[in-house]
Amino acid sequence: MAEIRKRNKALAVNPLKASSTLGAALAFLGLDRAIPMLHGSQGCTAFGKVFLVRHFREPIPLQTTAIDQVSAIMGGDEQLVEGLCTLCAKSAPALIGIPTTGLVETQGADVERGIRTFRAAHPEHADTAVVAVATPDYCGSLESGYAAAVRALIDALVPSGEPRRAARRSRRVNVLAGAHLTPGDLEHLKTLIAAFELEALVLPDLSGSLDGHLPTADYSALTTGGTPIGAFAELGGAAATLVIGDALGEAADLLAERTGVPDHRFTHLLGIEAVDQLMLTLSAIAERPVPAAIERQREQLQDAMLDSHFMLGMTRVAIAADPDLLVGWTELLAGVGAETVAAVAPSNAPVLARARCAEVRIGDLEDLERQAGAAHAELLVANAHGVQSAARLGIPLLRAGFPQFDRLGGFRRTWIGYQGTRDTLFELANLLLELERGEIHPYRSRLKQWPEHERTAA
Amino acid sequence: MKQKEIAALLDEPACAHNHKHKSGCARPKPGATAGGCAFDGAQIALLPIGDVAHLVHGSIACAGNSWDNRGARSSGPSLYRVGMTTDLTEQDVIMGRGEKRLFHGIRQAIDAHRPAAVFVYNTCVPALTGEDVAAVCREAERRWSIPVVLVDAASFYGSKNLGNRIAGETMVREVCGTREPDPLPPGIERPGFKVHDICLVGEYNIAGELWHMLPLFDELGLRVLCALSGDARFREVQTMHRSEANMMVCSKAMINVARRLEEAFATPWFEGSFYGIADCSAALRDFARLIDDPDLHQRTEALIAREEATAAAALAPWRARLAGRRVLLYTGGVKSWSVISALQDLGMTVVATGTRKSTEEDKARIRALMGEDAVMLEEGNPRTLIDLVNTHRVDVLIAGGRNLYTALKARIPFLDINQEREFGYAGYAGMVELARQLCLTVESPIWDAVRQPPPWSGTSAEPPRPLQEVARHG
Repeated sequence: MAEIRKRNKALAVNPLKASSTLGAALAFLGLDRAIPMLHGSQGCTAFGKVFLVRHFREPIPLQTTAIDQVSAIMGGDEQLVEGLCTLCAKSAPALIGIPTTGLVETQGADVERGIRTFRAAHPEHADTAVVAVATPDYCGSLESGYAAAVRALIDALVPSGEPRRAARRSRRVNVLAGAHLTPGDLEHLKTLIAAFELEALVLPDLSGSLDGHLPTADYSALTTGGTPIGAFAELGGAAATLVIGDALGEAADLLAERTGVPDHRFTHLLGIEAVDQLMLTLSAIAERPVPAAIERQREQLQDAMLDSHFMLGMTRVAIAADPDLLVGWTELLAGVGAETVAAVAPSNAPVLARARCAEVRIGDLEDLERQAGAAHAELLVANAHGVQSAARLGIPLLRAGFPQFDRLGGFRRTWIGYQGTRDTLFELANLLLELERGEIHPYRSRLKQWPEHERTAA
Repeated sequence: MKQKEIAALLDEPACAHNHKHKSGCARPKPGATAGGCAFDGAQIALLPIGDVAHLVHGSIACAGNSWDNRGARSSGPSLYRVGMTTDLTEQDVIMGRGEKRLFHGIRQAIDAHRPAAVFVYNTCVPALTGEDVAAVCREAERRWSIPVVLVDAASFYGSKNLGNRIAGETMVREVCGTREPDPLPPGIERPGFKVHDICLVGEYNIAGELWHMLPLFDELGLRVLCALSGDARFREVQTMHRSEANMMVCSKAMINVARRLEEAFATPWFEGSFYGIADCSAALRDFARLIDDPDLHQRTEALIAREEATAAAALAPWRARLAGRRVLLYTGGVKSWSVISALQDLGMTVVATGTRKSTEEDKARIRALMGEDAVMLEEGNPRTLIDLVNTHRVDVLIAGGRNLYTALKARIPFLDINQEREFGYAGYAGMVELARQLCLTVESPIWDAVRQPPPWSGTSAEPPRPLQEVARHG
């Protein structure tokens, strides 16, 4: 049980937090032919866009209702309707997601009313789904905004009514995928599920839209992949739902209520224990044994754990990440004998109590840096903003979470499963090897008979 | 900020946009708007001032999603890269505790970093709830005797361009003229060699490109009192009023600064660019022209002759490789013409250029450079850009980073010319870097590989071989 230390200073210095608005936009980007339009002033979108473009190195469909001086005061309904019309007329999206921002929530904007106005005035755009979610950036962080958007999607698009009895003979499995899963993670997860002769329906599916692929078409104003909107109506026909991420708890509750499909919940899929649980679950759903190829992967991970334990054992690590990812990392590290000596999350969540460390601070990268320094951390796990902290601390950084703007491929690396865990352990071990910890530095004896040209240095 | 003050900033007498029906400062269209907000513009304009604590007062999206994402370089302090925000919570908003948090935040910034000054950027939520941020800043300044400057640029006030102006206006009103310049170090001036003070307005030292020009200014005896705001210090901004000549670099955005300094201190100014050999030389000549010193004039001509000869020699091999290549340029404002001349210096053909933010004057210069039938793009949505690339057989697209991945998806060679880039193209030396980067993308072997269909697909010239055969040969 970790103790949670809440924020106790006026300023956030070197913020760790990305806004909940951005998280909601990210979730909408996991749907096919979709575009999020942030309800707020244009800067919210411009910053969000640059943030996501730099992380994924992809063009990101993202629009704004462009609240200006007048609509900030007089209300932004007209901007919302005009924005919806513009997007529909231009590219007829399958879905427009409307995350709200601090600005319009402070106004007290009634977004649902705006959407009703749009629906009444523009029946010609009835084919485009519009889903709004309240994500003022003064509440929560990327992870919670993402989860709120997933819940809003289920609420708007999964038909209510008689919960169907689970289709026990179905080979389909729904996956509610948390914000901590990368496109690479989702690809790997789908492969694992397929190995059990099951078919995965991932929601939202960033591996279909933001996996960094080169489509044949040279331009699209919408996402070019991801969960199809039609899939929401099908969720009730699955044999089971896998929920990855505690943040998605409310979304999962709602989905279970609407569909009656039994679910299996995981905080994360890092480390041998968590993956073992996943395998047992899939094996039970599929009524198939774990395939030999996956057993082999497990053996490889075991070997990697053996090889790397020399470096990882007793290593002191500092971590900054959103709650589910943070808990995952502390458990992964604890599983290989490393110690989390500093842990910072940008916002609070019940799952943090389960983190395998003495305390979790709700704070920023300054907090992380201070704690890491005081606790003599040897390695930092954080987003790319951790570079400066790591440099000042003189320790290496492993980039995880959002954003990762200074490396290629960070956005899609595979962390989960036996394979992802194996590669993570190798990388951690290699970073530590480069530190040359325990290296004996040369000693210059005063008595030694130095050759002439070496004497000046003595 | 009051509507009236915003209107006054938008009504900029020195800006040519003012003389024609609005082409650059129109209201954003919901659902079809790109580009940053007023806060973004203000922060960009001032962030490179390295020894200031830049404190963003607002909820997390403003700073949390944008901090430390620019390429401006510093020769010393790194305080400007520390992101600071009051990160307002729901309780702060509802209970009206934002002002108190800001006050303590300013103290925290001062205690932790001993900054030369604190800049407080106001944002949407506190602007909407009506916090008296100015009063908090005044009180903090009184309490801790460190300048605390309010930059009141909430996003909904307007565009990024407006934010640039608010930032510039704030500097002129609150900071310029609050300190006299340092005396010159002894032993520099000698008979016939007098040092003159100048300022560069709207130069951000992206990727350190200002450092291509500074050695030349030093050699000429031109002391840059302040570059607003590339690699600047607060104490430099304070002395801008003593400049003998100002250059407005590549940007209409801070034109109000040059004009206000002229009004208040009679400092003459000109608009110029450090992109391209011709423009570099022109900028140096303009300084010599505005500062009445025959020896400076001579020194300048000698230096230009030398630098142009050196650059010509360094560029010769690149020119041979780039000559005749066709470029589509899509960038805003002054860059639309200043980069054209740089590309023409390299023997390249500019087939079209973006003019979304250009003034009539800019467009006239473009016509002078490209001929009367120059293709000018008022609106450059990705579709239009890609189509133009195809119809005009363009070899390379030069545009801002936000179009980078759009271009790559369309398999178009690309050069990033905006603020997030990693290479400096200004100055004579910058031209060589520009040429190198252009060659690097244009001549890359990957383009054939990404443009060809896979060898087994039906469209290839040769029909795919049966699998068994592949296996046997493999």
